[in-house]
Amino acid sequence: MNYKQPLELNGLLLQLDLFLRGNLPPFWASLIEGLLILIAVLAAYAVIALILIYAERKVTAFFQARLGPNRVGKYGFIQSIADMIKILIKEIIHINRVDRFLFYAAPFFVICASVMAFGAIPFGQGLQAVDFNIGIVYVLAVSSLGIIGVLLAGWSSNNKYSMIGAMRSGAQFISYELSAAFALMTIVVMTGTMQLSEIVENQRYAWNIFNGHIPAIVAFVIYLISGHAETNRAPFDLPEAEGELTAGYHTEYSGMQFGFYYLAEYLNMFIIAAIATTVFLGGWMPIQIKGMDAFNQIMWYIPSYVWFIGKTAVLVFISLWVRWSFPRLRIDLLLNLEWKYLLPINLVNILIMVLIVLAGWTLTDLFPILFGN
Amino acid sequence: MDNLSLFVIVLLAGITLVTVGITAARLLSPKSINFQKGEPYECGLPTHGTSWMQFRVGYYLYAILFLMFDVETIFLFPWSTVVRDIGMAGLVNILIFVVILGLGLAYAWKKGVLKWT
Repeated sequence: MNYKQPLELNGLLLQLDLFLRGNLPPFWASLIEGLLILIAVLAAYAVIALILIYAERKVTAFFQARLGPNRVGKYGFIQSIADMIKILIKEIIHINRVDRFLFYAAPFFVICASVMAFGAIPFGQGLQAVDFNIGIVYVLAVSSLGIIGVLLAGWSSNNKYSMIGAMRSGAQFISYELSAAFALMTIVVMTGTMQLSEIVENQRYAWNIFNGHIPAIVAFVIYLISGHAETNRAPFDLPEAEGELTAGYHTEYSGMQFGFYYLAEYLNMFIIAAIATTVFLGGWMPIQIKGMDAFNQIMWYIPSYVWFIGKTAVLVFISLWVRWSFPRLRIDLLLNLEWKYLLPINLVNILIMVLIVLAGWTLTDLFPILFGN
Repeated sequence: MDNLSLFVIVLLAGITLVTVGITAARLLSPKSINFQKGEPYECGLPTHGTSWMQFRVGYYLYAILFLMFDVETIFLFPWSTVVRDIGMAGLVNILIFVVILGLGLAYAWKKGVLKWT
């Protein structure tokens, strides 16, 4: 049962679709819709990146008891726009001995990987560009394309720092990719579907993290750790450890080319948080209690995309918190953490989850009156 | 629209973003050619040799291990969607499979692959 939602966008989108299909030949209607989707994805991508960069700088500043950006606009609100314009008019320096083709191709891989993963995120009811029935595998597959860009950047730069940074990044990414995949698989065992929109729909009365209780919570924590490591952020930021490697794999990049790496890093952080929200914390679904219609109706008055952004913002904040609380690890300790702890725990965790599902110990199976769909 | 064309649209969105961004930056930014500026950013002295060299074997072994488990992931995902329906038989079958792979990891661990020397 769906309640009334005054501010939802899916009705508007449906109207637009009907209008275009009614007034234009099918080919042109599809073309215009495709163009609109492309623009919408890019606009959301850019806006979220700008907000995240501002938020990170401000939150970091408060963690370190400083003020952060506060000169450009009220409270420094348009600081990141100013930074974007600045980086756009910076010179792109030509390095003498790089492998030119690979050097210029690398940002395409990094950005395409994160835009493609970004397109699969369900931001709200009907606000999802790509909804494959193998959504989770799709997200894992396209987001791991990004590492090709990082490796190409490190190799083609012909710089020792870049090379070491890219190698570290490669080892780190492929290791933690496994944990992320297994953690998401734990939830797939429970939901029985990999389509992201269906996973959200299934979490109406019980979020997956509560529905699967112990194994789901373990999987959630593992997913956050490995997602954090995949995005190369402190305490796992060895690939760009500035004390040892100046800037790691993007040392030789300048101007807008560097800007794309910067953009992709922030967006990857958002994508990890968004996938964790979708799979574990109910996605855009408002908090619902079965049988309490008045309460549910009030919750539905808050639009679904606000719920989604709110839950994601909490996870992004946790990521920043971790970043400013822990010192950087050494590369062998980092890989040990994955191969000796997270991976075996994960494998056992999946089997426990299967047992719980088969024995009917998930919350929806135990208390169908309270949590059943 | 079907999913495949949507996928192509999202891919095009990524390519468009980079192309437009770099073209705009090229048009807007100043240009000055200077040999010194194009040197690799290393330590101030003239760079010694190339960076395209063989690299430490430790990373290679992790890549091999990754390959083993990544193929397992692809095999386990279809299984995980249907495990509710196939029940205990599915669990037992996959248990054998996971144990064999776990033995592989244990072997690598014992052999000292995971130790960084």
